[in-house]
Amino acid sequence: MSFEEIKSLLVDKFGVGVITGEETGGLQPALLIAPDRIADVCLELRNNPLTYFDFLSSITGVDYGVEANRFGVVYHLASIPYQTQLTLKVSVENTRDLNDLPTFPSITSVYRTADWHERETYDLLGIFFENHPDLRRILLPDDWEGFPLRKDYKAAEYYKGIKVD
Amino acid sequence: MNTTAPKYDEALNNYYQKIAEAATEDMVLNMGPQHPSTHGVLRLELITDGEIVKEVIPHIGYLHRCFEKHAESLTYQQTIPFTDRLDYLASMNNSHAFVMGVERMMGIDKDIPKRIEYIRVLVCELNRIASHLIAIGTYGIDIGAFTPFLWCFRDREHIMGMLEWASGSRMLYNYIWVGGLFYDLPVGFEERCSEFITYFKPKMVELNQLLTDNQVFISRTANVGVLPLDVAINYGCSGPMLRGSGLKWDLRRIDNYSVYPELEFDVPIGKGEMGTVGDCWDRYKVRVDEIEQSVKMVEQCLSRLQNELKRTPDFDPRSKMPRKITPKAQDYYVRCEGAKGELGFYFMADGRSEIPTRVKCRAPSFNNLSVLPELAKGVMIADMIAIVGSIDFVLGEVDR
Repeated sequence: MSFEEIKSLLVDKFGVGVITGEETGGLQPALLIAPDRIADVCLELRNNPLTYFDFLSSITGVDYGVEANRFGVVYHLASIPYQTQLTLKVSVENTRDLNDLPTFPSITSVYRTADWHERETYDLLGIFFENHPDLRRILLPDDWEGFPLRKDYKAAEYYKGIKVD
Repeated sequence: MNTTAPKYDEALNNYYQKIAEAATEDMVLNMGPQHPSTHGVLRLELITDGEIVKEVIPHIGYLHRCFEKHAESLTYQQTIPFTDRLDYLASMNNSHAFVMGVERMMGIDKDIPKRIEYIRVLVCELNRIASHLIAIGTYGIDIGAFTPFLWCFRDREHIMGMLEWASGSRMLYNYIWVGGLFYDLPVGFEERCSEFITYFKPKMVELNQLLTDNQVFISRTANVGVLPLDVAINYGCSGPMLRGSGLKWDLRRIDNYSVYPELEFDVPIGKGEMGTVGDCWDRYKVRVDEIEQSVKMVEQCLSRLQNELKRTPDFDPRSKMPRKITPKAQDYYVRCEGAKGELGFYFMADGRSEIPTRVKCRAPSFNNLSVLPELAKGVMIADMIAIVGSIDFVLGEVDR
């Protein structure tokens, strides 16, 4: 199924509002999805016999820069029977307040592999996933402060009272 | 303390409570991070009921070296040595994937001379053999067979020596560069490599007699840790894990990148010869068969490098290297078949600077390991070791 066909399939199923834009400038086109519908979109893309995107390659959290105040998540889907790939993007504005993290729905109910990917995204970028079964830090210690992959992250001077050089 | 709101700590508190409850009724057993059979610094928290594992909670991150943060502050060329340190048992495959992604973004992937592509595939396949030899050897040790480990390491040493000759380093090569290679192969490399292949082929037959058909080994691995295909796909498993479950899915064939379409090779899959499709023995066997296929590919590369793509005095492996690597503004996800599975790099370039705004590494071991809690539910502790060994992960890649 081509990129355009997937787009019209999603619009037919969920209405016009589900796709907020597209990026076709580079080598791989990407669909921008409304953040609150991403789990439904993934479920549809996986279960529809025409698309059958059954393999989630990766989830990438993105901090779009200090001025932009935008956080996003990029999903790379692949279909094993059709040998196709698709990129989905969601993004939301956020003030970088640590008590109000950017939040997206979790897609663990669709792809189990999203479990660890979302934990990693939460760990390194501070992006919260609603309805995730076990959203703990994964690579860093449980008591780590801050989210290192954010563009405004400053390395701590002390860790547990030990000076970091 | 954390400054974030309480709802973000909910999962952590649930986890603490679960462990506290399990500690009163069952036994909580820590395997690792210094346990020899965890192949690195992996800590597995087992909730056990006698000899039965009720639940496994993996704790990773002991080897986290901030690859993605480093990649955001260095140019593409400077990041290549860091990719070597991801899966340090198959460094060539890592840098090949990374370099391929950058070349495609620059639009120079079609201009790379054939000789360079063949050299790349040659060293990648040699490295894949070395990586699988470690997987097989250490798996034998996990199960209690010491000899295969020594044999595998002896043969791997020849590959290490050859790659050191080509690149100057034993494990972390920095050999494949964007648009070319560090150097051409040293004079006589092709001949020495052919000698090695002649030496190595009978050694694989010996190894099969020693381990693959060994009844003790089969009893320990057949019908243990069965991974059904749908679970494998849903958990994002790839490489020998996925093929062991019976799916012919090899990105070298699917994506047809580099010169793989010109090479002849099969994709071995698990057939359940000794037990069920997708058990530990199948995963092990897929790796053994893949070594054979890699040997076949190395032979084809060598014959081409010695005949139609022979070295010429004016051949410069750096001639196509761009002075400045500034791809135009775009996102690109490149995937290729590493030694452990689908290795992907996702780049975000802004079109102005030589430094990417975001690089993400999709590590095959990370995804393959994430299926462990599912695989290890309700197995015996002894089988746990067999399952962990059959996944063949490298912690450098899991933690990045």
